Amino acid sequence: MTPEATGWRASLRDAISDLTPGAAICVLFLIFVAVVGLFASWIAPYDEGTILTNESFLPASSEMWLGSDYLGRDVLSRLIFGVRVTLFLAVIITMLSFTAGVGFGFAAAAFGGNVDMIVSRFNDAMLSFPALMLALIVINALGSSFAVLIITIAFIDMTRVFRVARALAVNIMVLDYVEAAVVRGEGKSWIIWHEVLPNTLTPLAAEFGIRFTYAILFVSALSFLGLGVQPPQSDLGVMVRENMQSILYGEYTAIYPALGIAAIAISMNVFVDWMLQRSSAKLPDEI
Amino acid sequence: MPEPLLRIRNMDVTVRDKKGSEHKIVEDISFEVQPGEVIALIGESGSGKTTISLACMGYSRPGCYLTRGSVHLGDESVLEKSLSDLQKLRGQGITYVAQSAAASFNGAMKIGDQVTEIPVITGSMSKHQAQAKATELYKALELPNPEEIGSRYPHQVSGGQLQRLMAAMAMISDPKLLILDEPTTALDVTTQIEVLHSFKKLIHDNKMAAIYVTHDLSLVAQIADHILVLKDGKMVEYGATKQIISDPQHDYTKALMAAAHVMPEEIHAPLTITSRQPLLRVENVTAGYGPRRDVIALRDIDLTIEAGETVGVIGESGSGKTTLGRVISGLMRPSSGAVYLDGNQLKPTVAERPREELRQIQFAFQMADVALNPRQRLGKILSRPMRFYRGLSHREANREVARLLERVDLPTEFINRFPPELSGGQRQRVNLARALAAEPKLIICDEITSALDTIVAEQILDLLESLQDELGISYMFITHDIATVSKISERIAVMRHGRIVQQGPVNEVLTPPCHEYTQLLLNSVPEMRTDWLEGAVVERRELIRALDGISK
Repeated sequence: MTPEATGWRASLRDAISDLTPGAAICVLFLIFVAVVGLFASWIAPYDEGTILTNESFLPASSEMWLGSDYLGRDVLSRLIFGVRVTLFLAVIITMLSFTAGVGFGFAAAAFGGNVDMIVSRFNDAMLSFPALMLALIVINALGSSFAVLIITIAFIDMTRVFRVARALAVNIMVLDYVEAAVVRGEGKSWIIWHEVLPNTLTPLAAEFGIRFTYAILFVSALSFLGLGVQPPQSDLGVMVRENMQSILYGEYTAIYPALGIAAIAISMNVFVDWMLQRSSAKLPDEI
Repeated sequence: MPEPLLRIRNMDVTVRDKKGSEHKIVEDISFEVQPGEVIALIGESGSGKTTISLACMGYSRPGCYLTRGSVHLGDESVLEKSLSDLQKLRGQGITYVAQSAAASFNGAMKIGDQVTEIPVITGSMSKHQAQAKATELYKALELPNPEEIGSRYPHQVSGGQLQRLMAAMAMISDPKLLILDEPTTALDVTTQIEVLHSFKKLIHDNKMAAIYVTHDLSLVAQIADHILVLKDGKMVEYGATKQIISDPQHDYTKALMAAAHVMPEEIHAPLTITSRQPLLRVENVTAGYGPRRDVIALRDIDLTIEAGETVGVIGESGSGKTTLGRVISGLMRPSSGAVYLDGNQLKPTVAERPREELRQIQFAFQMADVALNPRQRLGKILSRPMRFYRGLSHREANREVARLLERVDLPTEFINRFPPELSGGQRQRVNLARALAAEPKLIICDEITSALDTIVAEQILDLLESLQDELGISYMFITHDIATVSKISERIAVMRHGRIVQQGPVNEVLTPPCHEYTQLLLNSVPEMRTDWLEGAVVERRELIRALDGISK
């Protein structure tokens, strides 16, 4: 039995003391990346667009810590600004897809019957398209811009979130405490907001992490294919594509943004794993 | 004195948590079992009875450690055996019958193959021998169609039969020791004594020893030779069954005796009715499940409940008693008939009823642990009905919640607790308090004591009665337990197959000659004497024959 009801400060302190070394490193890295993205303009040593030298793929030096890119721009500065764009897109996309997916998923579970049937079958139909293919078609048709990118990927992600959210809510809707609210005469929205949502926060938070990683990978993949972020803007995926040639000259320029994508994705995954494990270990045990 | 078969000496079991702190959940247990004898471990949940019975097989659950003491089976020390020897011992020397047979059988395999699995796998019998042996056991356990029942799948037999088949699985390799962990708790009351009887016979005939784990003292009186009473992992009392039930020494044993499931000596006199119309009247209600509502669960139900009265609705699983509660509260639409409150016809479903009508009938669910949202503080759980029905402000509601907590004997500082931080009995009090928060005229109590330990259940019943005296509420008390229902009701209705077979004041319904089904239920309540079971089983079979005649 826990002695006193605990506030969020105490829960946070609790969570920090539970961090495994691996998870701690990953959390620190994610915080570091977020700070770099937020304060890119102050942190980056040069402007991202300025051509500083005539030589492509210069190796690392004391002036240019990661060397120059194919046009002679500073790779480190472009990497910092690229992280900013990638993170910005991923955060907006995940928030949108979550709001819509959880909203529709919970509504489908709460209303059940025909509402659930129609919404779920529509979602199944959307899920049956290969995600990348669908994105390529839509973006080709509408032309690429931040708005199109965000809405397309958020829509595709929403179909995944919907399935998870609906499954979680369906399991909760049959529990007695929901029935107690139904027999009291509560409306659907009260039930969703006060009975269902609080009991799905942990799995949804984990899902948020997974979808966030997925959004980063998706945006990067589209950018790499030339359909994502368009010049003069650039993100990590664009940087990999631009500097692919460096590999032929035995230089590392394309590796840095690729490593960035991998490191962010892996850190997020390790963090989510730790979070899930911690919440399942906390489940009451019957002794 | 012959050599004991099982000897346990000074056993401790310790739980070690993640941070390395230790705490004993079982302390200094010693007992012996002679061949052909049954010892009962009795205590409430958390008293360590299952932990001890598992320790007899040299097993402890993850996180638990056998830190002291010895377990001897014959002259072998169980705790010094290697893992592979233990595995052999567990399937053959000592076997275990779990509480839920339904969860222990694989639904995709035939019963016979599962019963004979262990001897066939270990090579101690051929498949043919094992099947012959199994058929013998089915006969001994008095299962119907012993030649054929092994070729069925688990879903094709009843719960009571499955529990006996599980015992056949445990007995097939002639174990020396059989551990029965609450083997009848999940069964209907009328099935329970049949299963108990066949266990008793088999143990006796095969001269084996058994450990019987339960929380119900009245059951133990029927089957055990010795009783070991446990509380918080410690031995409270240990002695021969006769001695313990006739002359308990320890206060805790006396409390267990007082709360045991036996028929009460005093029953309530029927209310003298002064009002012209009953509080609640159920008229001709028929209801069914399924897409076309053709799976009939209730047929032509007529029932009245007076103001301030407790009406017990009793029946076994599938009798329709919970469905009746759901129809009254508006959770289920009846296909015909109507429900009247204070003479006004209620709309059939929650969505159509006005709030004021909803407020007057409240529902208390069986399992308080799933009926309370684990992520809401008690303050919110209890204040919501006040704000929803009575429009109280936040501050008014909080003041009321504190009063309400006092009324159900919970400390007021619980207002900031979450349900998982409470014990089972405390949660059931909160569950009741939530119903009270609406200031209803009628509370439908659906099996609210059946998941609780006997002593805690007794306290909840007392609380119900004192609330009734104070506030004049009516209860519809749904249960399968005729002993409980006759303790607190003024009138009872006995349900079977969706019909009310008999109803009236408690003393009339329970005084013979009563309906055969009522008699069967009465006959299934164990009496606190050691020679009760045999007579009860004979009488039960006659009653069942008579009932079959009625059904046809």
